[in-house]
Amino acid sequence: MNKTENNKAWFLVLPVFLLVAFSAVIPLMTVVNYSVQDIFDQNNAYFVGAEWFREVLRDPRLHDSLLRQFIYSFAVLAIEIPLGIAVALMMPTKGKMASLCLILLAIPLLIPWNVVGTIWQIFGRADIGLFGAALNGLGIDYNYASNPGDAWATVLLIDVWHWTSLVALLCFSGLRAIPEAFYQAAEIDRASKWAVFRYIQLPRLKSVLVIGVLLRFMDSFMIYTEPFVLTGGGPGNSTTFLSQTLTKMAVGQFDLGPAAAFSLVYFLIVLLVSWLFFTTITHMDKAK
Amino acid sequence: MTMSKRKTLGISLYILFVLVPIYWLLNMSFKTNEEILSSLTLWPQHFTLANYEVIFSDPSWYSGYINSILYVSMNVVITLLVALPAAYAFSRYRFVGDKHLFFWLLTNRMAPPAVFLLPFFQLYSSVGLFDTHIAVALAHCLFNVPLAVWILEGFMSGVPREIDETAYIDGYSFPRFFVRIFLPMIRSGIGVTAFFAFMFSWVELLLARTLTSVEAKPIAAIMTRTVGAAGIDWGVLSAAGALTIIPGLLVIWFVRNHVAKGFALGRV
Amino acid sequence: MISWMAWTLPVAVFFSVIAFILMCMTVYEVRSPCVERKGFLPIATTRGDRLFIGLLSSAYLHLVFLGLTDLNLWIPLAISVIWLAVILRWG
Repeated sequence: MNKTENNKAWFLVLPVFLLVAFSAVIPLMTVVNYSVQDIFDQNNAYFVGAEWFREVLRDPRLHDSLLRQFIYSFAVLAIEIPLGIAVALMMPTKGKMASLCLILLAIPLLIPWNVVGTIWQIFGRADIGLFGAALNGLGIDYNYASNPGDAWATVLLIDVWHWTSLVALLCFSGLRAIPEAFYQAAEIDRASKWAVFRYIQLPRLKSVLVIGVLLRFMDSFMIYTEPFVLTGGGPGNSTTFLSQTLTKMAVGQFDLGPAAAFSLVYFLIVLLVSWLFFTTITHMDKAK
Repeated sequence: MTMSKRKTLGISLYILFVLVPIYWLLNMSFKTNEEILSSLTLWPQHFTLANYEVIFSDPSWYSGYINSILYVSMNVVITLLVALPAAYAFSRYRFVGDKHLFFWLLTNRMAPPAVFLLPFFQLYSSVGLFDTHIAVALAHCLFNVPLAVWILEGFMSGVPREIDETAYIDGYSFPRFFVRIFLPMIRSGIGVTAFFAFMFSWVELLLARTLTSVEAKPIAAIMTRTVGAAGIDWGVLSAAGALTIIPGLLVIWFVRNHVAKGFALGRV
Repeated sequence: MISWMAWTLPVAVFFSVIAFILMCMTVYEVRSPCVERKGFLPIATTRGDRLFIGLLSSAYLHLVFLGLTDLNLWIPLAISVIWLAVILRWG
């Protein structure tokens, strides 16, 4: 891209800069301040140095929720990315049916997150929900409210239901961008279906897949609402992910210092991961 | 079975998987509570609109929808107003710190709202905006503006630079060129961006719930409170949930042909 | 108005230093724009990239020290400063 050098362009980004700085920098500074103090109320705060960080980094509860979070996010990616690609490959390519599929697939994305939780809260119950009743009818003892494994699997299933469409839509638009001539050439060479996918479709999907992985990883990494509505993080701690733990600490117990230290550790993880993705994306753009 | 038949079967099964839970919600919303609790029925035996009547006649319910729509609309307008010039700058110029600024914006889309929850509450309280629609709209800008800049930048980069240069030679000033020539050229991009801003503001709960108490309480928060109350009114809850799907359906209809491109952040 | 931010001196110093570094980098960049180059890091980086990588890795270094040892925090800080200089010069 042949962009011109012009520092006056800063005036065009200034509104965005100020708006986001107001909502991001001031809270960030505040969080850093909280993280080094023991705060009882407005006028009773004591400087404790890095004590909260030490405590938070060694807290087994947080190790657990961090581990749970990573396993969950990887499970989400491992299911949603292949499934999304498969759905995109199966979609009709053009015409009214394609539009209809697009809209139907997009519906879960537009439902408020707590309503998504509510839908599955009802759908999964053994007494009033089709899903729960069907599973129990098949002889599977399924109860998300009392069995930790079931709750975890349900939250994962909700995420698959909710977000696979995003990956599918991304891949669909990536596939649309492949010129017809590529397929014709493959046909002449009598390439197998797999070869077409491996050497024509998959390389073209790379850039949308990176975006898909980025968005899905980050959003599953901050998941809060669905488990909150479904079981409130329970039973036990089976669906207590990072955001749940943090919100419980900050709002529930009002432990400002540890919560702030925890926030910063959480933020640093996010910062590292998004930097890795961003670097990958910019390098791919450049390679084009 | 031929390939295309297998594909149709596959996609139909997946769409069935998507739709059945939603059907179940609708199904519940047209049932009486006795029917819901007494037996499992695949469609309402005693069809009723009573659940919807409850919502439309009780201000503590329907005001939630009005509040949500208000702050979502404000958010979309603010997001577009600030993101359009910024995206233009990113797509056309190199300037000091542009890449890093872009990355910094992106991190705000990625940062979990839970991290900023507490200071947000105090920040907006201290400037006297707590429990107002504009507070939620501004808070949602934190993740919507970066996303909007990202999508718009993708769309704008698809417009050849020659158009800008020709317009300047023809004597257009920057604001006039931007509004009269450039914006109409990327209307689909603007539509998609508005859709995304709408969507992410509409579905968000944590910040909206934290920044409001009475006056600007969103429907999502009203619903979670009902869940917490003793004895859940499943019928009304389902009806409230079903109603939250409608605005999304309406907006997606307008951008249906561009949505996929928008999800790819204009980068296909 | 800003009392709720609960400012403390060390944090104020920390953010001032960051702001000061950013300002210096901006001025330096305007005076003599830098070009991307390949150092010992696996990717080609600009000056700003190297600063960011240095700061982020320093933050992680501090967390490692806090989580695994009881050593004084001046140690990772000293290492960080040296590391930052190394990465800016040769990274």
